[in-house]
Amino acid sequence: MRSGLLLLLLSGGIVPAADGPKIPPAPAGPERIEVPPPPFSDGIFPCTNCHAGMPVDRTRRELTAMHTDIVLKHDETHRWCLDCHDPTNRDFLHLASGERVPFDESYRLCGQCHGEKYRDWRAGVHGRRTGNWNGAKEYLLCAHCHNPHQPRFKPLAPKPAPQRPDRSMK
Amino acid sequence: MTDSEKPSRRMFTASAGAAFAGMVLTACGPKRLYEVPQHKLKASIAEMERRYKEQLGKDIQVSDQGPMPGVHFAFALDISRCIGCRRCVYGCVAENNQSRDPQIHWIRVFSMEKEKGVDFTHADPYYNPPEVPEEGHFYVPVGCQQCENPPCTKVCPTGATWAEKDGIVVIDYDWCIGCRYCMAACPYGARHFNWKAPTIPENEINPHTHYLGNRPRPKGVVEKCTFCIQRSREGRYPACVEVCPVGARKFGNILDPNSEIRYIIEHKRVLVLKEELNTVPRFFYFYAT
Repeated sequence: MRSGLLLLLLSGGIVPAADGPKIPPAPAGPERIEVPPPPFSDGIFPCTNCHAGMPVDRTRRELTAMHTDIVLKHDETHRWCLDCHDPTNRDFLHLASGERVPFDESYRLCGQCHGEKYRDWRAGVHGRRTGNWNGAKEYLLCAHCHNPHQPRFKPLAPKPAPQRPDRSMK
Repeated sequence: MTDSEKPSRRMFTASAGAAFAGMVLTACGPKRLYEVPQHKLKASIAEMERRYKEQLGKDIQVSDQGPMPGVHFAFALDISRCIGCRRCVYGCVAENNQSRDPQIHWIRVFSMEKEKGVDFTHADPYYNPPEVPEEGHFYVPVGCQQCENPPCTKVCPTGATWAEKDGIVVIDYDWCIGCRYCMAACPYGARHFNWKAPTIPENEINPHTHYLGNRPRPKGVVEKCTFCIQRSREGRYPACVEVCPVGARKFGNILDPNSEIRYIIEHKRVLVLKEELNTVPRFFYFYAT
C-alpha cells in the first residue's frame, strides 16, 4: 500500500517531465535598463543619413570606400558587419532571431554570446556603476568600455607609484 | 611576603584616592562622540567648522550622520578585472583629503605574479611600467579591510577607534594621541600616520566631510579608509568604486539579499586576506571569471 502510494507520488512527479521540463514562461522581453547614450563617433549617427538610399551589398568584403578605420578583431573569422548591424535599417542592430534592437539596447545583442557577462552586468557585478548603492544607479553600455569592433580592454598608463619611505631626517 | 613588602594601609588609601580622582577628572574631560548630548555636538561641530574656515580659508561641512539601521557595509574587489592603474588610489586621496606631502595613500596596489598567486612576500607596490596590466601579473589593491573582529581597535589606549554599527571602523581624531599601537596591530598596513601637518592645495580640499572620516586632520593622528563614510552614509558609492575604469570595485549592504555584494558572495569565488588571523574582513576579493 505504502509503496503503491510512493509509486503514485513518484509517477506524479515524473508525468509532467514527459512533456518536457517545466520552464517558467519567458518574460515578454528583458526590462529596459537606463543607460547613457551610446558612444558614437562624431556625426556618424543616424546611419540612414547615408545608407537610406544605398543598395545592400551582403557580400563579405574589405571596406574601401567608407568605415576604413574599423578593424574587426572580434571573432572576425566568423563575424561580419551584417551579423550585428541590421541590413535594411542601419539605425538598428539585430539579434540572431532577426529582431531589431536599438543601439541603446545593444546589451541584448552582446548578451546573445556573452550570456554570463550579461547576467553579471544586469546584477551590477560586471562593469562600472555609479550613483547610489541603495538607490538610483547609472549603468554603462558594453560599448562604453569595449569597442564592439575590438572589444579587448585597452591597457592604460598607471598613475604614479607611491613614494618609497624616506628615512632621512628633514 | 614580609610585612615591609606589603602595601601599607595608608599607601593603599592614597592610591585608591588618586585612581578615583583620575576617574572623576577623565569624566569631566572631553566626551566621546556618542556620549555628547546632541545640542552640544552640534555646537562643537559648528566650532570645528569655524576653525577650519579660519585655518583653510574655505567653508567645510562636517557631517555627524550616524549609521543607518539594517545596514552593514561590505566591499568586494574583482581581482580578475583589476589592471593596477591606481585610479582608485588618487581618487581616494582627492575625496578624503589625504596629505600630498608627506604622501599618504589609504589604498596600496600590489603587483603580484600570476605564478605565485596572492603572495605578499613577492608583491611590489612600486611597479611603474608605461602601461598596465603587465604580462604575467595581477594586481591586489589593499586598504582597510573593515574587520568585524578588528585587532586595531583593541589596542587603542584611549578608545579613539572603534567599529560602528554599520561595520565601518572609524577614528576620532580628537581622541587619537598618535601612539600608533593600532598601526602595529593592523595586519594589512591599512593605517597611516600624519608625521607632519598634512598639506593639501587649497583648491583641492574636499569640503564635503564627515566627523569620523575625511575632515581635515592635524599632525600626529592616525587615519585610514572609512568606506567613504561621508558618501556611503548618504547612500552613495565610495569614490574608488566610481572611479575604477574596469568596474572591479563593488560596494553595498551585506544584509540586503538583493545587493551586488550578496550576489558576488553567493555566485563567485570569494576570498579574504589573511583569513587565518580571524579578523573577519568585510572586504572581499573575488574572481568574476
